[in-house]
Amino acid sequence: MAVSLPVSRLANALPRTMAWTPLVRLAVLILLLAIATVAFMTLESRGNWDFVLPFRGRKLAALVVVGCAVAISTVSFQTITSNRLLTPAIMGLDSLYMFVQALSVFFLGSATMIMIDPRVRFLIEILIMASFAGALFWWLFIRSRFDLHMILLVGVVFGILFRSLTGFVMRMIDPAEYIFLQDIFFASFGAVDRTLLGISAVLVTAGGLVVWRVQDRLDALLLGRPMAIGLGIDYQRTIALLFGVVVVMIAVSTALVGPITFMGLIVSFLAYGLAGSWKHRYVLPASCIIACLLLIGGQTILERVFSYNTTLSIVIEFAGGIVFLILLFRGKYT
Amino acid sequence: MTLRPVKSIEPGIAASVVVVILLCFVSIAIGAYSLSVIDLVRGDAEFHDSMVMATSRIPRTLAIVLVGMSTSVCGLIMQMLARNKFASPTTAGTVPAASLGILTMALLVPGATMFMKMIVATLFALVGTAAFLLILRYSPMRSPLAVPLVGLMFGGVLGSIATFFAYRYDLLQSLSAWTEGDFSRVLKGRYELLWLSAALTVVAYLAADRFTVAGLGESFATNLGLNYRRVTVLGLVIVATITAVNVVTVGAIPFLGLIVPNVISLAIGDNVRRAVPYAAIGGAAFLLVCDIAGRLIRQPFEIPISAIAGVIGSMVFLVLLIREAPRGS
Amino acid sequence: MIEVDNVTKRYGSTTVVDSVSLTIAKGGMTAIVGPNGAGKSTLCSMIGRLIPMDEGSIKVDRFDVTATKGERLARRISILSQENHVTARLSVEDLVLLGRYPYTHGRTTVEDREHLEATIDFMELGPLRHRFLDQLSGGQRQRAFVAMVLCQDTDYILLDEPLNSLDMKHAVAMMKLLRRVCDEQQKTIVYVVHDVNIASWYSDRVVALRDGRIVHDGNPSSFMQPEVMESIFEVDVVIREVKGKPFAVYYG
Repeated sequence: MAVSLPVSRLANALPRTMAWTPLVRLAVLILLLAIATVAFMTLESRGNWDFVLPFRGRKLAALVVVGCAVAISTVSFQTITSNRLLTPAIMGLDSLYMFVQALSVFFLGSATMIMIDPRVRFLIEILIMASFAGALFWWLFIRSRFDLHMILLVGVVFGILFRSLTGFVMRMIDPAEYIFLQDIFFASFGAVDRTLLGISAVLVTAGGLVVWRVQDRLDALLLGRPMAIGLGIDYQRTIALLFGVVVVMIAVSTALVGPITFMGLIVSFLAYGLAGSWKHRYVLPASCIIACLLLIGGQTILERVFSYNTTLSIVIEFAGGIVFLILLFRGKYT
Repeated sequence: MTLRPVKSIEPGIAASVVVVILLCFVSIAIGAYSLSVIDLVRGDAEFHDSMVMATSRIPRTLAIVLVGMSTSVCGLIMQMLARNKFASPTTAGTVPAASLGILTMALLVPGATMFMKMIVATLFALVGTAAFLLILRYSPMRSPLAVPLVGLMFGGVLGSIATFFAYRYDLLQSLSAWTEGDFSRVLKGRYELLWLSAALTVVAYLAADRFTVAGLGESFATNLGLNYRRVTVLGLVIVATITAVNVVTVGAIPFLGLIVPNVISLAIGDNVRRAVPYAAIGGAAFLLVCDIAGRLIRQPFEIPISAIAGVIGSMVFLVLLIREAPRGS
Repeated sequence: MIEVDNVTKRYGSTTVVDSVSLTIAKGGMTAIVGPNGAGKSTLCSMIGRLIPMDEGSIKVDRFDVTATKGERLARRISILSQENHVTARLSVEDLVLLGRYPYTHGRTTVEDREHLEATIDFMELGPLRHRFLDQLSGGQRQRAFVAMVLCQDTDYILLDEPLNSLDMKHAVAMMKLLRRVCDEQQKTIVYVVHDVNIASWYSDRVVALRDGRIVHDGNPSSFMQPEVMESIFEVDVVIREVKGKPFAVYYG
């Protein structure tokens, strides 16, 4: 992958006295993550530990869950589609999420929405999103044998369909409700419900374990469909499995903090460059650590340095967009 | 020796023009304030009716026709220049770039006139689209379906930049007004820029053969003695200007530039000179139908046309995709 | 033994492979030739289970390719298809070692290393082993892909146009190499090729397809007959003897 060149060059400029094996690199990343975590938990706490630790701990947990979901889903997705420019978020699941939200506000009103047990709402949302993506995948990939790009494009078109419908619904509601929806629509890492975190953590861990179990197959999938089959991979089943995990992860992260599209691009880009290996055994953990590092470090800097609270996601999306443009103009990627 | 062009009469054109004119009458006739078109034609109408006609109804219908025609022709040209069936102003970054331009003006020069906004939006659209075409050129994507995917990602990136600034300066609601087309604000004196789109559509028609040749690729075009670069620039300027004008005056209409040219191409092929009139008429008809539907479904409220076009357009596009796409294995 | 039994493949209303039956015994090199669109690659892909057939069955050593577990097949038959795009930045060594996947799933054993070294030596990839695939020329990359397939160490090897994008020198080197693999390691090689002279010069058997059907099947000398070739390719052919072997001239 030519695009990872500058990062590996960066890595080569590091001290040469020690061997930068993938494991050493992982250890360094973990160390950095630990530093960021400590900074996040302790900076400006003013000795108020009883309040600060649980409060920030919850935030930290949310960042870790979302970071891992984004990292694992993006890396798996890019491997199965053989395209390092795509993120699973373009499949239109975020639009579906917004549509579901807008519909519930339209029919129930924000007052009623708040009264429903958030865990129930959350599970229903994930269920709706996962079943939609699953049905789409089954119909196009398993039944009609279209290629993956086709599924993506159909997903994108459905996304636009849902966005049109959302736009329509949003015009029909009053401005106060509009603001309520707008708050939901922008990713916010600060206001995550503790009850939702538990479920999300379980789902992301389960998905992560599934991907980890097939990481060797992901390595073989890097060679593309024909060679992967030639090496004995059950292509259709493996893709279906991974796609399922990706959908659940996206559903979780979207439902938890709102839509994030481009963050996965920075994460995977850095992971391919910094992991020091193409094997998923190293790339997957590296991507998770990098994602958490970005989110935790970014949140710390925004909150403590710029005292700038809600817009981490917008900043990261912005940065992710820039990475995407760099990748595009660098050329070779498919 | 003089070269005499072969003249061919397209019977389909005449029939479709009649349909569009009928749709125009329907569009003028319906609305919150009921008007009798027959009375107006006969001259029996009240003075007030004529006022509504002149300041609101007719401009609105005209705006719909102009936007429909020009956007659809834009899509056709994009598909030729990008040599990809799925290219269009929305899937190649043109619309997001134009919105970003309008946002920039709203931030830096809040009191700018519509014309100034349009100029800046055009420049942004030009740069955005050119950038995307360069990407296509220097890193050809193997799957034709990857082009719209990457284009949409590209548009999303521009959108994320716009959102970043709009969020900071509390302009999110205005941002959504530019990205979601709406003809309900069209009044006399606020839509006339659209005639520029119409003029450029005519230019596109006059240059049609060049776009056909350019659609075969640079080496092919050069072989036929065509300055490929110049044709590309011409096409880009047309597409960017039309898109910017349309976004500034009424907002973006999803899928219009994508599905109409594709349906036309399926029906009559890719000769641009033949396709332009059909695309223009088809675009106008599609948009008129969307508008009429949007006003009839929930009277007396109006459903934004972008929502209707998005819903109808995405469904048509899905059908096209699934019918046309080659199967993988 | 590869047994193709009455296999048919259709795309929409066009029949690409039309009830083909073919038995390829263990050992030797078999070339599949034929005009464009004859169904050569499709047949090859079906034997390699890359695409499913509409009718009929294919067995490799009595294992039905559509029903047998992918991994079990991957230890018996390997396939290299025409277009190979690798997204990841793999080195030649990484790629060749992935050929051992069916045996060890990416956890490299001592035995895998031995296979790797042997293949790298055999394919003369030593100087290139640490280069990345995107730093290689077309011919070198093709050699690396063939090396991966050899490292898979299967009895049967399917190659879909292995000479694609190779110049004269590299094409001949590749054919000599395949011949050596076949003779020294007792492999069965089936390959799709355009050049009839290459096919007859290096193979033990030539199978010709036309319009999805087998129109000729036999040893090279039975294939290198003017009337046989004219009926397949619709060009005038003159056969000359060069270096003691038949050589087809079809230019002019």
